[in-house]
Amino acid sequence: MKTKHLVLVWLGLVAGFIATLLLGQWRLGFFYTPVAVFIAAAQAFLVVAFFMEAKYSSRLTWFFAAAGIYWLGILFVLSLGDYFSRAWLK
Amino acid sequence: MRHAALKVQFDSLEQQHEASRLGLWLFLATEYLFFGGLFLAYTVYHLLYPQAFAEAGKHTNLLCGSINAALLLTSGLTMSLGVAAIRRGASDISALWIGLTILLALAFLGVKGAEYADDIHKHLVPGSAFALSQVPSAQIFFYLYWLMTALHALHVIAGVGFMLIVLWLAKRGKFSPQYHSPVEFAGIYWGFVDVIWIFLYPLLYLLDRHT
Repeated sequence: MKTKHLVLVWLGLVAGFIATLLLGQWRLGFFYTPVAVFIAAAQAFLVVAFFMEAKYSSRLTWFFAAAGIYWLGILFVLSLGDYFSRAWLK
Repeated sequence: MRHAALKVQFDSLEQQHEASRLGLWLFLATEYLFFGGLFLAYTVYHLLYPQAFAEAGKHTNLLCGSINAALLLTSGLTMSLGVAAIRRGASDISALWIGLTILLALAFLGVKGAEYADDIHKHLVPGSAFALSQVPSAQIFFYLYWLMTALHALHVIAGVGFMLIVLWLAKRGKFSPQYHSPVEFAGIYWGFVDVIWIFLYPLLYLLDRHT
């Protein structure tokens, strides 16, 4: 990758970092976490795509990377579904 | 003639590189599932005890966390510049960027160590002397804080080791524009370490900071 592009990615990451820091000073209360996680996901996308060069890797590599995220989704959805539906049983 | 780095089971350097990269991504998939369990625990307890997390979150060291976020994001750039340089055949420049990445990683660990010392001094370690014992469930937040940051720091240390080996090989002239897989893989691993901190930073350092 060209130096210019890598520096642009870094600037995007720094922008996300500053946004996360400034939003933290705002009165968002409990809503801060989902907003911050959304920004973090955008930053993670930049790192994975460009610094980890997933964008320039084979489709099979994408599949392996995505499979982990898919299992992570199962872990979260089933576990949270279990934890937060138990109260109904009481 | 076969390249010296080409293992016997592969036909070409490209094939070897592709297979190795796939293996690395498979390893990283297990890594983010491993951290995923801790992030899941954080999510469950944060939803169950939002007040405790908001109160406990005010006591982490925002300055240290922010400096470390800046250090790690920048080290991601320097590592990628190192990979880009070795592709061009500029091995000396590449070694310089990797060396700088190692220094940034060591600075991260230094700040982390100072932060841990400060946390211990403020009795933020879960246990009988815990400073926030009047806040029910605040210990859960700090238990997760210590576990997740320490586990991340172990990955930073492993990354430094990986980069030192790459630097040593680079100094011995082992890499060229045709063969530089270890440099690229150190970069991919370092990106993963970066991603974990990107998620840890807002969750551990920026909860309810406005009050």
